[in-house]
Amino acid sequence: MDFLAILRIAVRALARNKMRSILTMLGIIIGVGAVIAMVGIGQGADQAMQKQIASLGANMLYVTSGSARFGGARLGSGNTKTLVSSDVAAILKECPAVTAAAPGTQTSAQVVFGNDNWGTRVTGTTPEYFRVRAWDFASGTGFTQNDVTTAANVAVIGETVRKNLFPGSQAVGQTIRIGTLPFLVVGVLAAKGQSAGEDQDDTIVAPLTTVQKKITGQPWLRFILVSAPSRSLSYAAREQMESLLRDRHRIREGEADDFTVRNLADIADVASEASKIMTVLLGSIAAISLLVGGVGIMNIMLVSVTERTREIGTRLAIGATESDVQKQFLLEAVLLCLLGGLIGIVVGVSSCFLIATFVGWPIVTSLTAIMLSAAFSICIGVFFGFYPAQKAARLNPIDALRYE
Amino acid sequence: MTVEHQNISATSREAGTKVDEPVLRVHDLHKLYQMGDNAVHALRGISASVMKGEFVAVMGSSGSGKSTFMNILGCLDKPTSGEYRLEGVDVSRLDKKQLAGIRNRKIGFVFQGFNLLARTTALENTELPTLYSQVSKSDRRERAIAALQMVGLGQRTDHFPSQLSGGQQQRVAIARALVNKPSILLADEPTGNLDSRTSVEVMEIFQNLNEQGLTIILVTHEPDIAQFAKRVLVFRDGKIRRDENVKDRAVAAEVLKTMPVLED
Repeated sequence: MDFLAILRIAVRALARNKMRSILTMLGIIIGVGAVIAMVGIGQGADQAMQKQIASLGANMLYVTSGSARFGGARLGSGNTKTLVSSDVAAILKECPAVTAAAPGTQTSAQVVFGNDNWGTRVTGTTPEYFRVRAWDFASGTGFTQNDVTTAANVAVIGETVRKNLFPGSQAVGQTIRIGTLPFLVVGVLAAKGQSAGEDQDDTIVAPLTTVQKKITGQPWLRFILVSAPSRSLSYAAREQMESLLRDRHRIREGEADDFTVRNLADIADVASEASKIMTVLLGSIAAISLLVGGVGIMNIMLVSVTERTREIGTRLAIGATESDVQKQFLLEAVLLCLLGGLIGIVVGVSSCFLIATFVGWPIVTSLTAIMLSAAFSICIGVFFGFYPAQKAARLNPIDALRYE
Repeated sequence: MTVEHQNISATSREAGTKVDEPVLRVHDLHKLYQMGDNAVHALRGISASVMKGEFVAVMGSSGSGKSTFMNILGCLDKPTSGEYRLEGVDVSRLDKKQLAGIRNRKIGFVFQGFNLLARTTALENTELPTLYSQVSKSDRRERAIAALQMVGLGQRTDHFPSQLSGGQQQRVAIARALVNKPSILLADEPTGNLDSRTSVEVMEIFQNLNEQGLTIILVTHEPDIAQFAKRVLVFRDGKIRRDENVKDRAVAAEVLKTMPVLED
């Protein structure tokens, strides 16, 4: 008996019990849908995270001054005075894996324009900063090296600051007050959004010397931003800087560093690792639900075989062979799984889109996950359909015909 | 009208001297069931033959072995010993798959409980055996419609079993049995679930089919029903006790005229 004829019989049998067929498929639909959605969420989260990290700056390394100890009190990082501007020059000169470096200091200040005021972060740095962080301007320009040299009162403001101080009016060319000092706004930074829970746009950037001399009064640096030409070279840049700075700060063997070098590639790697684990975890849970769906198929198929004992007897009596009956029930199970799998793919992909729209992550539908779950659902059909089909085929037609 | 036929079948039991091969012939059939420690001897040496065009009623009380005999005739069961030839083929030597083929093409089954597939139209139910044989799709439909017309249900092809009366359901079952043009029709208590008038209507169909040359073997425990057949085999304790032609055979069409018409 050819496959097409069996297929026809199986399809007819399924169509006869539409409600049950749909309910049976539900397990597979949810299972496959969950696998695709979960893997999609995991991968989407990963991409979102990578994008956020990349938004901090491409192949960027972040050197911060380390923690200091005064007597018994340990101060947080950024409180030592050992990281200085000459370190920046040395890094640029002696670390071949470093292409640019921007020294910086940071403080918080109240900013006033007209009747509005806004508390924000003020970063003092050099024009290199914008390059290292790959930060464009929405309007105006950055300040120049000359501004740094002369400690000019100029500032570049972030999008959040602009929104709060200049709602609906032109910011560039206006004069704002930082603390008590007047600053000319020369540029507005392009919006970067959130990263690690911090609003990157809630900032003001001014020349390093201006901030050091006129606002904080601290001549040392809080951080140095460094960029490497590529992700792979960023690991080398980190090692080169660490050994150079230990050297320059005269840290002996066995002593703790008074600075910290963070490589964004490391952070990205860790984040990526974390989201991979999450994806596997979510995917496994979803796969378990797929397995449960398969058990559901077997359960319903067994019930179906019992319930349709007379039908099976009739089929055997009118000329179906054992293998015809077995193939029919096996095919029914596989069709249920396959159809459930296809609907599950649609459900999974659409829930990916739905979640992506709500959370604002990039939409990721993994073709591998789709193919795998489709193949997996067929396997489940065969695996869990085999025993009930076997049971159906082994029925004694005489008993089956009389079954009540 | 069928006296000649009966004569042939009566004489044919003395070996195949006639040119006409019997449609089926059994010789010294035994069937033993092992039930725990007890062996049940359901058939104790059955020998009989049925010629083409015969209409045989198999009678007997329960436990007489008639059901076992029918199951063996229907190739649903195998005898413990003995020979069963269907159209000259020794069926007792065939394997399960070949037996399925025999059931599909040579034998038409009619059951007491109709055994139609629920939520499946009369036409699709009738088509069912053709799905298990090499019949093209258009041929399948044509044959099923023809079979339904033979049992007078040409107008109800799209009805579901639940929309049909018991008699109509049994007629669909008969059409299903006919669709592959079998050599014999085996009916196991076909009127067991039907009221008396409907029973006679079903017997009328059997008689008509028989007149068109179909060989029919019918199991029943009702003497009234056996009266519509041409020949009766009476089973008792696993043996054929009586094998005789029906005297004063009832004609279903005539009987129907004398019966009150019930609301259908």
